[in-house]
Parts: sequence; structure tokens; C-alpha cells
Amino acid sequence: MGIIELKQVSLSFEEQQILFELSMDFWEGHIHAVVGPNGAGKSTLAHTIMGLPDYRSHTGDILFAGKSIKELSIDERAKLGITLAWQEPARFNGIKVREFIRRAGDKSRGTKSPEEVLNMVGLDPGRYLDRDVDTTLSGGERKRIELASIVAMHPKVVLMDEPDSGVDIDAIQSIFDVLEWLKEHGTTVIMITHSGEVLKHADHAFLLCNGALVDKGTVEQLSSYFERKCVPCTHKNVPDEEALV
Amino acid sequence: MSNQSAIDRLLSTINMHSHSFDEGTAHVEIHGNQVLNTTLVEGLKVESQETSRGVDVDILVEAGTVIEQPVYFCFGMLENGLQHIRMNVRFGAKAKAHFISHCSFSNATEVEHIMDADIHLEPGAEYRYFERHVHSMDSGIKVIPKAKVQLEESSRFATEFELIKGRVGLIDIDYEAECGPHSVLELLSRISGRQDDVIKIREAGKLSGEYSRGVLTSNIAVRDRAQALIQNELTATAAGAVGHVDCNEIVQDEAQAKAIPIVDVRHPKAHVTHEAAIGSVDSKQLQTLMSRGLSEDEAVEMIIQGLLRK
Repeated sequence: MGIIELKQVSLSFEEQQILFELSMDFWEGHIHAVVGPNGAGKSTLAHTIMGLPDYRSHTGDILFAGKSIKELSIDERAKLGITLAWQEPARFNGIKVREFIRRAGDKSRGTKSPEEVLNMVGLDPGRYLDRDVDTTLSGGERKRIELASIVAMHPKVVLMDEPDSGVDIDAIQSIFDVLEWLKEHGTTVIMITHSGEVLKHADHAFLLCNGALVDKGTVEQLSSYFERKCVPCTHKNVPDEEALV
Repeated sequence: MSNQSAIDRLLSTINMHSHSFDEGTAHVEIHGNQVLNTTLVEGLKVESQETSRGVDVDILVEAGTVIEQPVYFCFGMLENGLQHIRMNVRFGAKAKAHFISHCSFSNATEVEHIMDADIHLEPGAEYRYFERHVHSMDSGIKVIPKAKVQLEESSRFATEFELIKGRVGLIDIDYEAECGPHSVLELLSRISGRQDDVIKIREAGKLSGEYSRGVLTSNIAVRDRAQALIQNELTATAAGAVGHVDCNEIVQDEAQAKAIPIVDVRHPKAHVTHEAAIGSVDSKQLQTLMSRGLSEDEAVEMIIQGLLRK
């Protein structure tokens, strides 16, 4: 049984169906990758698991540790230990890095200080703690600060949307080191990615295409699809060999 | 009530007391129409005249004087009534000082506080002025600050107005500034309104000196049925004049906010920009904080306090 289980989850916006009967198990304490081309529904899946307001109208069910979380709000899910790191983190005028990280730790089982978690993501606390989480920080810096806040929270499940997006090459390894640390300390990591490099850091992978699950398995299995550049197909839940180039 | 007792009561409303000030720190306390205390430092002259409606105050920072420690003013009303302060401020050439002014109406329910300020900065002078209001939770407070500021060459005037604790009641700010060559004007307001509070701000800067600069910033949060009207105006008439008008307003519940930025450029080598963002709390900010376990109310409050600190 996975710590997060999706059972026949479908989601439509207005007339358009985005997710098609997704049934997925995310095993506890593992790093999972959800891969697929642009528009496959990967971020939508993450937002649906987190329970963002526009993504609550799905059918099917989402279970956390065997219990439905379908009716829970974002903060209720977060209090269970589920959190989300955005592809493009929010900017906060007037909120210091120290406060942003500390508030994440306040509501959770996390025990690490803002200084410790900044060091873990490769940022010097002396330079960052008293800065605002705003446009004066680069996208990559905000990405690492968001990850630091997640370490401070020490969640049971973290949904990482494109963990390498906007991050320079030197910093990417520190992000993967932190994800590995989270895994070692019992956190289930679900990475949303279209990068073959990110996929290599996962234990298991799911392949989405046009909102449907078309394959799942080991990283090696899914890498072959990835290397062949999966393209959108019309056959939901069934890999379309002809559509793969 | 003795002067010392009144001073102690007044300062206690802003979590200070007479011993809060180091020796060598200038401070002035005014209660209603009474000047309770005037402690000065070299180069700073303050002359006051009590009137039937308030106090007339003349402030002079002599040319070349640099006051390192902030100069503290405390204006307050422990009871209901009118306090009309007429303030004439002059900074001599190259004088520099930082004034911190607390306006405390934390116990009063029906107060009208009018401030008419005439400020003149001679060449090279620098005047930083921070004004914090502490109000009660009653709606009967009216605050009407008006200022005319004259900045001569290479002078700088920077002011922050903060009212984020207690009810606003009615606030009607009207500042006008004329900026000489190479001078710098910075006006920042941070106000939080609730229930049926009314916030009106008009700030006008005339960038008439060559290479003068001006930034007008308003960070406002309104909730319940509060209303805000922000009119920020920069007029640039000289070569090299540069300005920016920035208005950020968060609107919650049935509150209403309107921003009217006016950018008037009358010289081909001047440049003025404006930016206004009015609306509810940003959904991504809200969802980020909620995904860390904050409730919606806690997240909204954190975002609003962030804006008001900005």
C-alpha cells in the first residue's frame, strides 16, 4: 500500500478533461518521478494531490495512509504532512527568509533551524536570512529557499514540481542531496519532471501522456520511453507504440 | 496630572518611558495642547507655543549639524478632543537628522489630530522622518496630516507613515513637495484599515529641478468594509528628472480600494513610471503558506503584514 494512493482520479476544467482515471501508488520513503511531455498533466496531478482550490472537483479518490483526503483543504493536507514545492516559487514582499522558513517549521514535526536548512540547500545563512523572499532573489535562490522551508517542515510527502527548474548546475546537486536526505529520514518524494537527469535520481517512475498513465516501473524502464521522446498519444492508459518515435 | 506623570502615561502607550532615551538623545512630548517636555541637543532648536487648539512648533536644525541619534517626538491625546499641530521645520545647509514621531491615541475614542507642516530643506540637507500612529480600536479618530515640502539643491526628504495597529478611523493625508536640482524625495505610507475605516492619501511631487528624483509608495491593506483612495502624482518638468509611483493594495471582504496614479512628464529627458497592484491576496502566496500548514487566516495575515512592512 502506498502512502499516497490515487484511485481512478479524473479531472476536467470546464469541458476539457485533463486527467484520465489515474490509479497510482506512491510508496512510503521512496523517491518517485512523474515524467512526461509538456501538457501531460504532471503539474495538474501534483496540484490535485495537494488539494489546490481549482483542482478539488476531481472524481475518484486520493488516499493518504489509507484514508481519503478528498474533502481536506490544503492546510489540512499539510497538517497530515503533505506539501508542495512549486515550479516557480511565489515571491513574498516584506517576508524575510528567516520568517518564511520558521513558519513552515512551526506547524510540523521539523526540528531544524533556518540556519541549518539554508546550509543544507547550499545557501549562506549570513547572506540570506534577513533578505525578503521577493524579486531581489533569483528564481534559483527562491527555489532553494522553498526547499529549505520544506526541510524545516520535514513533511511525510513532498511534491516537487520541476526541482531543477531555474537552478544553476552547481546548485542542482545540493537539491538532490537534500531530496536524498529527506528520503533517508522517511519522507516520500514525488518529483514532477520532464528531465532525464532528474529521473535518474528516482527509485520509481510513472509516465503520463495527455493526462493518462501510460507506463510505470523502474527508472531504467521509463528512461527508454524518455530517450525515445514520448509524444502525446490518443490511447489513454495504453502505450501507443506507433506514437513513440 | 503632573507633567512627569503625563509624560509617563503618554510614553507607556507606545511601550516607552522617560528612561528609554539615552543622555544626548533629543525628545519632545506633546499632550493635547501642552508641551510636556523638550530635551534638545546641540544644533537643534525647538520653539513651541501652546494654542487653544494645539501647539505651534518651530524646528530648526542648524546648518552643518549632523544629529547622529534619532530625535523623538511623541504627540498624543489621552482623552478625547482636538489636537492641531502647526509645524514649521527648517534644515540648514548640509544639516542631517532622523526624526521618529509617535502619534498615540490608544485610549481616546473621539479625537481629531490635524498636522499642518511646512518643511524647508536647504542645499545638501537630509531629513528622514518616520511617523508611527498607535490608535485605539474605536472608529472615532480623525487624522489629517498635511505637509508642504521644499527641497533645495541636493537635499533629501524621506518619510514613512505607518498605521498598522488599531483602527484608522479616518485618515486624510495630503503631502506636496517641490524638488530642486539633484534632490531626492521618498514618501512611503503603510496603512491597514478595517471595519468602516476610510483611508485617503494624496501625495504630489514636482520634480522641477534637473536630475531630481522622487518615489511615492503606498502599501495599503483594507478589509471588512474599509475604503481606500490613493492619489499619487509625480510631475517631471526638468532634464534628468526620474520618478516612480508604486501603489500596492490588498483588498479583503467587502472593502474597496482605488488608486489614481498621475504621471505627468513635460520634458523629453525626464522619465517617470508607475505601478499599481490592487486585489485580493495572491493565490500562489496563499497556497504556498497553506501548504506549509498555516490556516487561511494565518496565511492572509502573514502576507498582509509582509506588505505593510515592505
